[in-house]
Amino acid sequence: MSSLQGYVDRRVLLILQDGRAIVGVMAGFDQKSNVVLSDSKERVYSMEEGVEEIPLGLYLVKGDMIILIGELDETLDQAVDLSSIRAEPLPPIRY
Amino acid sequence: MLIFSVFKTLTDQQVTVELKNDLSITGVLKSVDQFLNIRLDNITVLDETRHPHMMAVKNCFIRGSVVRYVQLPAEHVDTQLLEDATRREAQTQTKR
Repeated sequence: MSSLQGYVDRRVLLILQDGRAIVGVMAGFDQKSNVVLSDSKERVYSMEEGVEEIPLGLYLVKGDMIILIGELDETLDQAVDLSSIRAEPLPPIRY
Repeated sequence: MLIFSVFKTLTDQQVTVELKNDLSITGVLKSVDQFLNIRLDNITVLDETRHPHMMAVKNCFIRGSVVRYVQLPAEHVDTQLLEDATRREAQTQTKR
């Protein structure tokens, strides 16, 4: 789990077990990979309309809910027009 | 533990990881730990039009418990060695 160190203070995308996607700046983490995000937003994907961003503020996500942590390329992310993206939400995981 | 060692020998190789939410991610294996958590660099998602969620993500950390399959580069796996090692491991486990 030590490999999360490189993500601190970076803008990251978390994908959770239920398929939710949350972006935010990683403020910290611990050995159980619980993660604290600052300035976080949930991105809600749908086929009917563009991506909706719901501001969540400071968020603590339990490590066992997280399935993936990705480092966002900020310039690439800002270049994407979220309102034009239509996509199914990610499916929840099934064991 | 054996599989952990196998993954360690595969660092810097291109692998495809299929997750339990049916997402497939291809990337260069950067590191792996004892939970088989995986770090991938330079990733691309299979069927990016259907899953645009990770367009701006270049490297990621995947929790080991949500991995369904890892597709390995066959030319970098010594199957004979692996076969022998798994047999040896199975033997020591039955002895215990």
